[in-house]
Amino acid sequence: MTGLRDSLTRGTLGRLLRHRAFVIGAVLFGTMVLLAVLAPWLGGGDPNKLAVRMRFRPPSWDFPLGTDNLGRSMLSRVLHGGQLSLMIGFWVVVLNASFGVLLGAMAGYFSRLDGPLMRLADALMAFPSVLLAIGIAAALGPSPTTVVIALAVVYIPRTARILRASVLVVRELDYVHSAQVSGASHWHILFRHILPNCMAPLIVQLSFVFAYAVLSEAVLSFLGLGAPPTQPSWGILIAEGRGYIREAWWLTFMPGAAIAFTVLGVNLLGDGLRDVLDPRLKIEQG
Amino acid sequence: MIAYLIKRLVQCIPLLLLVSLLSFGLIKLVPGDPAVVMGGTNATAAEIEVIRKNLGLDRPFHVQILSFYGNLARGDLGRSLMLGQPVRDAIIERLPATIAVALYSMALTLLVGLSIGVLAALRHNTWVDQTAMTVALIGVSLPNFWLGLVLILLFSVHLGWFPTGGYVEPTTSFLGWLRSATLPAVSLAMLQIGLLARITRSAMLEVLRQDYVRTARAKGLSEFAVIGKHAMANVAIPVVTVVGLIFSVLLSGSIIVETVFSVPGMGALLGNAILRRDYPMIQGGLLFVATALMLLNILVDLAYAWFDPRVRVGGAR
Amino acid sequence: MRDPILSVRGLTTTFRTETGVFPAVDDVSFDVAAGEVLGIVGESGSGKSVTALSILGLLPDPPGRIASGSIRFDGREMVGLPKKALRALRGPSIGMIFQEPMTSLNPVFRIGDQITETIRAHENISKADARKRAIGLLDRVGIAMAAQRLDDYPHQLSGGMRQRVMIAIALACSPRLLLADEPTTALDVTIQAQLLDLLRDIQRDTGMAVVIITHNMGVIAEFADRVLVMYAGRVAEQGTVDAVFSTPRHPYTVGLLGSTPSLERDEVRLTTIPGVLPQLSQTLPGCRFAPRCGRRTDACTNAKPPLVEFGGGQRVACFHGDVTEPGAVP
Repeated sequence: MTGLRDSLTRGTLGRLLRHRAFVIGAVLFGTMVLLAVLAPWLGGGDPNKLAVRMRFRPPSWDFPLGTDNLGRSMLSRVLHGGQLSLMIGFWVVVLNASFGVLLGAMAGYFSRLDGPLMRLADALMAFPSVLLAIGIAAALGPSPTTVVIALAVVYIPRTARILRASVLVVRELDYVHSAQVSGASHWHILFRHILPNCMAPLIVQLSFVFAYAVLSEAVLSFLGLGAPPTQPSWGILIAEGRGYIREAWWLTFMPGAAIAFTVLGVNLLGDGLRDVLDPRLKIEQG
Repeated sequence: MIAYLIKRLVQCIPLLLLVSLLSFGLIKLVPGDPAVVMGGTNATAAEIEVIRKNLGLDRPFHVQILSFYGNLARGDLGRSLMLGQPVRDAIIERLPATIAVALYSMALTLLVGLSIGVLAALRHNTWVDQTAMTVALIGVSLPNFWLGLVLILLFSVHLGWFPTGGYVEPTTSFLGWLRSATLPAVSLAMLQIGLLARITRSAMLEVLRQDYVRTARAKGLSEFAVIGKHAMANVAIPVVTVVGLIFSVLLSGSIIVETVFSVPGMGALLGNAILRRDYPMIQGGLLFVATALMLLNILVDLAYAWFDPRVRVGGAR
Repeated sequence: MRDPILSVRGLTTTFRTETGVFPAVDDVSFDVAAGEVLGIVGESGSGKSVTALSILGLLPDPPGRIASGSIRFDGREMVGLPKKALRALRGPSIGMIFQEPMTSLNPVFRIGDQITETIRAHENISKADARKRAIGLLDRVGIAMAAQRLDDYPHQLSGGMRQRVMIAIALACSPRLLLADEPTTALDVTIQAQLLDLLRDIQRDTGMAVVIITHNMGVIAEFADRVLVMYAGRVAEQGTVDAVFSTPRHPYTVGLLGSTPSLERDEVRLTTIPGVLPQLSQTLPGCRFAPRCGRRTDACTNAKPPLVEFGGGQRVACFHGDVTEPGAVP
């Protein structure tokens, strides 16, 4: 895990771009993000626009993903739903990257904090992840913010653990010792010397956190714990479609397919990142 | 082994303490007045007051904690608002269905996941490997409740092979149970199969590189004995650790899958409790599940020790 | 040599790497007589282990394969033999022990089971009888309290004991040929000596042929009857230990002997052979040792030197093999 800063160079980028899974994943994920971002222009207008005479139209040229029970365009709803779902995923990752890293770094570096922090992490991880998220979200009340907080709380212990493991190793390296001897402050050492070399497992973990976040958001929204129905997210769309599953299969199928593509893309990306950034492969470079 | 078991159980205690504390604290997270939230929009002030009294929310904090743990010690997990029965009873009623479907799902997972993983490793870098891993990856990427709905669409609505919902007790009719439990079990299993297949494959690849596999071949053993006995016995070790994770995923997944398929299990119970803001039920349910998971993990640890003699038998004499 | 028990002719084993296919063993030929001990010596990367693995068909298959050549055991061709027939030979005809005792035994099975399993795979024998034989074998290889040790797991044994167990397993079906790939390299010096004594003892008792692979000339001197010196996948020199050690003709052999510390001579410095082994991927047209050789001439870099026979069965792959002074070190 040494010299990772050097490894995040053109050499690594080149290897990533040659890794088939990574490229496919990046394309898939990138496409979904692009579609979500461009939703207002692509979707064909307001996702809440009613057109009751057009209800339950199956996918056609006019309505590529069909219409729902209120005549709303599914394409528009799925794309806008993507905005919310992806935003939630993004924020969960941001919280993980900040709090997870901070807590993990502290646990790994300051041995006195290690014990209590890891006990807390174990306690949180004792609950099955989705269950815990559901519990927290249920307590806090339904809203996108709740979803973000609940999912972040669930995954931060795992991220922290991973980071702690890296810090424990890197902390023993010689140049860290020399920095300590030359009187650098703890925080300086942590941020300038240790953390940059813990990036690889962290990046891989964050990609999987994103995947879990998107999947879990769907679960939470499906259970009615996410955004209110006026702001569609993929999970809500599936919940709405469930009631009409016999008449209009596309209402359930489309949003789920969107989730599947996105998560598949992220997972492929994560696999590629792990293959390329994994320390074991570093030996070739050296 | 017994000593190890006792040690693990003792180790659990502080964790249990923390877990129960977190469960207790859940209600404290509710912004505003939990009694109001639980009462719902149409509750009168009097009804809200009743709720508050019943849950002891009007008492000082330390009294609340003490009574919480006092009740816990007696096995009392509180009283469900929506069902009007003790949480513990509600859980016990619903547990069999969840366990039955979970076992079914676990069996599928082990059978299919292990096979795919082993096959992929044996045909490393061929199309078999690529396909298997792609299938595994897709399994991990699909939302399981959506998969459940899609399966209902395909196999119930369209083909009519399986019922769209409803659950038949295995005691009533085993075949009926099988039919009603298959789609839920499959929906749950997809994610787990993906996880298991990937781990099994990498464990197998690692084991196949080991010297003792070469020794086994040098002894003239049949390939079946080399792979099926020597290799698999060592693959079991890392795989067992994943099984613990799979239990966790199973329990999480059953909330949704049971809801989608109307299986009267613990998962659906919790799902309902969440919709109705039945906090005592949610609290009790979470605590129960976390404890069950902890015990399951201890079992997994024991299994791990059973598979790896280096853990349970001392070193050089 | 009368009918040799093992006869290798023109063996070439290749490995496929990212940059191409290269020979780890290049046109190697030798014989092993029944009951004799042949030592194969060379530095790491000389192809000696690969030779042994090729004999038993134990090459890691995706990258490695036997490209050409013949390996005859007891007159029977082994290259191209169907898997089942090859398996029947492993154990009852040819046994093998490996370098790393720490990892060569399956950690999750008891050692007794690992021995009896071998026996029962090849003979129709009851569990109880197989167990008795296993106890006898453990006894033979010098493990005290054999009956109790049967139920131990490998991690409960020291490295030396594990190697003895490996020997017991290899001997379980009374093979007529034993391949020993650096059996003592990973062990302490004192254990090394004990193990070699054991091997020699067993060899004398059973009369089985042994091919011992090592980079240690001392082991060869102690234990082997004839020696095969390998360099970069090719045979450099072969002959009886007496002949090769007293009059080494290949410059590499000279260097190897010169670099072995001796208790008899007083040496100020050990001789070293300058340069390094060529990379597997470097295919040189001439003698592979030429870049490091003091006797090098143009002929050496242009053509592969043929095996030239000198008296008493000593063969040298060198254009200048007639030079014999042991002191003429490059």
